[in-house]
Amino acid sequence: MSERLYLYPVWVRLWHWTNAILCLLLIVSGVSLQYSNPEYPIIRFDIAVSMHNIAGILLTLSYFVFVIGNLTTSNGRYYKTQLNGLFESLKKQFIYYTIGIFTHAEKPYPVTKDRKFNPLQKVSYLAAMYFFLPLIFITGWGLLFPETNLTNVFGISGLHLTALLHGIIGFFISVFMFVHIYFCTIGTTTLSNFKSMFNGWH
Amino acid sequence: MRSGCFFHFHPFLFFKDYYHKLNKCLININYIKCRRFKNLIQYMKTDLKNILIIVTGLLFLSLPTLAQDDTEIPANVIQNQKCFKCHGDKFYSFFNESQGKQVKERMNPYFVFDSATFYSSNHKSFICTDCHSSDYSNFPHDGNLRMEAKFLCMDCHGGDDTYAKFNFEGVDNEFHQSVHSSRHDESFTCWMCHNPHTYKISARNTENLTLTIAYDNAICLNCHADIDNYQMLTEKENPNVLETHDWLPNQKAHFANVRCIECHAQTNDSLLVAHLILPKDKAVKKCVQCHQSNSILMASLYKFQSLERRNKAGFFNASLMNDSYVIGANRNIYLNIISLVIFGFIIMGIAVHSVIRILKK
Repeated sequence: MSERLYLYPVWVRLWHWTNAILCLLLIVSGVSLQYSNPEYPIIRFDIAVSMHNIAGILLTLSYFVFVIGNLTTSNGRYYKTQLNGLFESLKKQFIYYTIGIFTHAEKPYPVTKDRKFNPLQKVSYLAAMYFFLPLIFITGWGLLFPETNLTNVFGISGLHLTALLHGIIGFFISVFMFVHIYFCTIGTTTLSNFKSMFNGWH
Repeated sequence: MRSGCFFHFHPFLFFKDYYHKLNKCLININYIKCRRFKNLIQYMKTDLKNILIIVTGLLFLSLPTLAQDDTEIPANVIQNQKCFKCHGDKFYSFFNESQGKQVKERMNPYFVFDSATFYSSNHKSFICTDCHSSDYSNFPHDGNLRMEAKFLCMDCHGGDDTYAKFNFEGVDNEFHQSVHSSRHDESFTCWMCHNPHTYKISARNTENLTLTIAYDNAICLNCHADIDNYQMLTEKENPNVLETHDWLPNQKAHFANVRCIECHAQTNDSLLVAHLILPKDKAVKKCVQCHQSNSILMASLYKFQSLERRNKAGFFNASLMNDSYVIGANRNIYLNIISLVIFGFIIMGIAVHSVIRILKK
C-alpha cells in the first residue's frame, strides 16, 4: 500500500500540465465566445478569439506529443483495454465509487506498476483522448478554415453543423475536466494525486 | 446579325484580350523578321559601312517597337473608343450631311457609359460588338438594331466549367425562386442588378468589407431608392427604405455594416452571394438572428472576410487573429438548457459525493 511507484515520467507530466493549462484556457475562452455578451464579457471578445485559436493550435501539437509518446514508450500499455469482461469491471469500479468508497472497502483495481488506471479511468481517458479530442481538433480546424466545410449536409449548412459539434464536444470535455479534477482528490490524501503529477511518484 | 464569331472560336472569354495581343505580336515579329532578313542579304554584298548603317537603322527601328510594347493599348480599347467617343460623354457631335455642317447633340443619359468604370469591370476585355451587333459600327445606327434581344448571363456563363466556381446555375436557380423573378415577367433579368458595363465581383476580391457592403447595397438601392428605375418594373410607389427600416436601431451603422441580402435573401453555402431574395414578410427582423445566435452573417458575409483576412495576412498569423468568425452562431436555447441540466447534475453529484466522503471519513 505504501510502496511508491514511479508512474509518471517527465514527458508525461510535462504533456499533462501543458494539456491541462491549454484545455482550461480553451474552456474559459470558448465559453466566453459562445456566450459572448458585450455587457458582461468573461474575456474581451478579440482577446478570447486569439486565446482560443492559439491554445487550440498548441493543443493539437501537444496531442501529437501524447500519441507519439504512447506509441514509442511503455506508457501506451496503460491504455490497452480488453473488451472481455469490461462491463463487469466497470460495474465493480462504479459500485466502489458510489458505495465502497464510503464504507472504506478495498479498491477493486488498486494502482500497480502495470495498472495505472482503473477500468472507469481507462475508458473515460480513452474516450477523451481518442474520441473527443480528435473530433474537437477536426471541427476546430474546420472552423479556422471555413472553406473546408461541406457546404450542405442534408439541407443544413456544413459550417453550422461543424460549429454545433465543436460546441457540444467542448461541453463534454469541460464536463470531463470537472469530473477528472474531482476524482483526483480521491487519493491517499486529497492532494496526493496532484502531488504525484508533479513529482512522478504514486 | 450579332457578331457572335468571338464566342464560337474563343469560348474562354478571359483569354480574349490575350488572344488579340498574341495575334498582334506574331504579326509584328514576322514583319520585322522578313524585313531584316531581306535588307541584310541585299546590303551585305555592298560594304561594311552600309551594314553598319543598316544595323544602326534597325536598332532605331526597334526602339519605337519596344517603347510601343511597354505602353501598348489593348486592341479592344482602340476599337471601343469609336463607341465611347459618343457613348462616353453627355454630348456627341457629327457632320450632318443634310445640313452640311457639324452638329452637337445631347446623348441619351441611359446610353452613356463611363469608360473607366467599364475597364475596371468584369467585362473589361470585351469589344462592344462582342455583345452588340457589329452593325452599330455604322452611324447613324439603324433603328431596328435596338429591337434585337440582348445576351443574358447564362448565354455565356451557363454550363461552362470555366465558371464552375461561380456556380451560375445555382445563382440562376435561386434567382428564379426569388421575388424578383416570381413577381415580374421575364424582362427582369440579371442585368437589372448586374449592369454588364459596370459590374465587378466584389465579395470574392474584397480587401475592404465595408466597400463590398457599400457596393452590393448600391445595387439594391439603384432601384429601391430610385423611383425612375423602380417604376420601370412596377406601377407601385417606391417605398422609402429609410422609413421601412425605421425600426432598426442604429440604422446607419446597420446599413454600413450589413448587406441588404443578409436579411432579405435566404443564405446558401454553395453560393458566394445569396440570390434568393425573399418576400418582405420573410425578411430577417429579429435582432437575435444576427446577434448571438447568428447563423446568417457567418454563412455569408463574414465567411468571405475570414478567408480574405487569412489570405492577406498569411496562414499562420491570420489563423491566430481570425476574429471574423461570428461566435454564437451555434448557440441554441435547447442545447443551452440541456447543457445546463447536465452540468447541474455533475456539480450536484460531485457535491453530494464529497459531502458523504467527508462525513464517512
